[in-house]
Amino acid sequence: MKITVAGTSKEVTEGLTVAQLIIDEQVETPDYVTVSVNDEFVESGAFKTTKLRDGDSVEFLYFMGGGR
Amino acid sequence: MALTNEQLERYSRHIILKGIGSRGQKKLLAAKVLIIGAGGLGAPAAMYLAAAGVGTIGIADADEVDLSNLQRQIIHSTGDVGKPKVQSAKETMQEINPDVTVVTHHTFVSAGNIMDLIKDYDFILDGTDNFPAKFLINDACVMAEKPFSHAGIIRFQGQLMTYVPGHGPCYRCVFKQPPPKDAVPTCSQAGVVGAMGGVIGSLQAMEAIKYITGAGELLVGHLLTYDALKMEFRKIRLPWNGSHLHQEITRLVDYEQKECGGI
Repeated sequence: MKITVAGTSKEVTEGLTVAQLIIDEQVETPDYVTVSVNDEFVESGAFKTTKLRDGDSVEFLYFMGGGR
Repeated sequence: MALTNEQLERYSRHIILKGIGSRGQKKLLAAKVLIIGAGGLGAPAAMYLAAAGVGTIGIADADEVDLSNLQRQIIHSTGDVGKPKVQSAKETMQEINPDVTVVTHHTFVSAGNIMDLIKDYDFILDGTDNFPAKFLINDACVMAEKPFSHAGIIRFQGQLMTYVPGHGPCYRCVFKQPPPKDAVPTCSQAGVVGAMGGVIGSLQAMEAIKYITGAGELLVGHLLTYDALKMEFRKIRLPWNGSHLHQEITRLVDYEQKECGGI
């Protein structure tokens, strides 16, 4: 199936979970990433159980602390 | 209040702009903006807002200028090393534009002083470098119903979002709570390109100018991310159903983590 990750279209296996996608995408801070699927936030406790569906659009939002 | 001949000349590029005009310029001259942190983000933002003629600009920072700041904090110069940052910033801003009143707050923001600090300002810019301060600014602005611009920078990356009460999610809606100390890299550990502060701090100044003048659409309900290595900006829509996605904020917290001190 096809999903969009951070604006880029990707072919992924059927039944891929958010947790597996975080691993596949090599998210740098997997415990502290905010995830939205189709403009809805996914609770971090639900990453393992949330299966992605064909056409889903996933965004990773990262903490960015610097400024000075 | 009519603009003086000198003001008509100084602000002529604003005045001929359709989105600003002399009406917008008068709004800028009457506006009060608070910049928290006179560093990588706050420096360019303060300089552009001073140049733009924002009438009152508050600047809050407890630190002194350090040699390692000068790679990006362009409001300070080599001769300013050792001076309070707020003093050095004020001198540069008044050199750029004596029209502007600069109010210095030589202090760390804390749960104890932030409500008093922000109360007189129309718009707040978060130019801080640590999550406790970022959450504190967010919570205080949500409680006081003040609009503000959040931003963060690290390495070759930056991001920002604008909060306007009732119009979109706040920082806590997206990020919930500060990560534990050292869980997320900071700029003192990972570094940051000096020009990144220029890009993102200038965008924060732009949001303040748009908020004051009413020009265009604000970055509300979106996170704008910038990746300099890919030279890519992305405007990511944030979930919003009309109310905050966290429990009502009823008190302010001084989280313990402090990072990037003196950076």
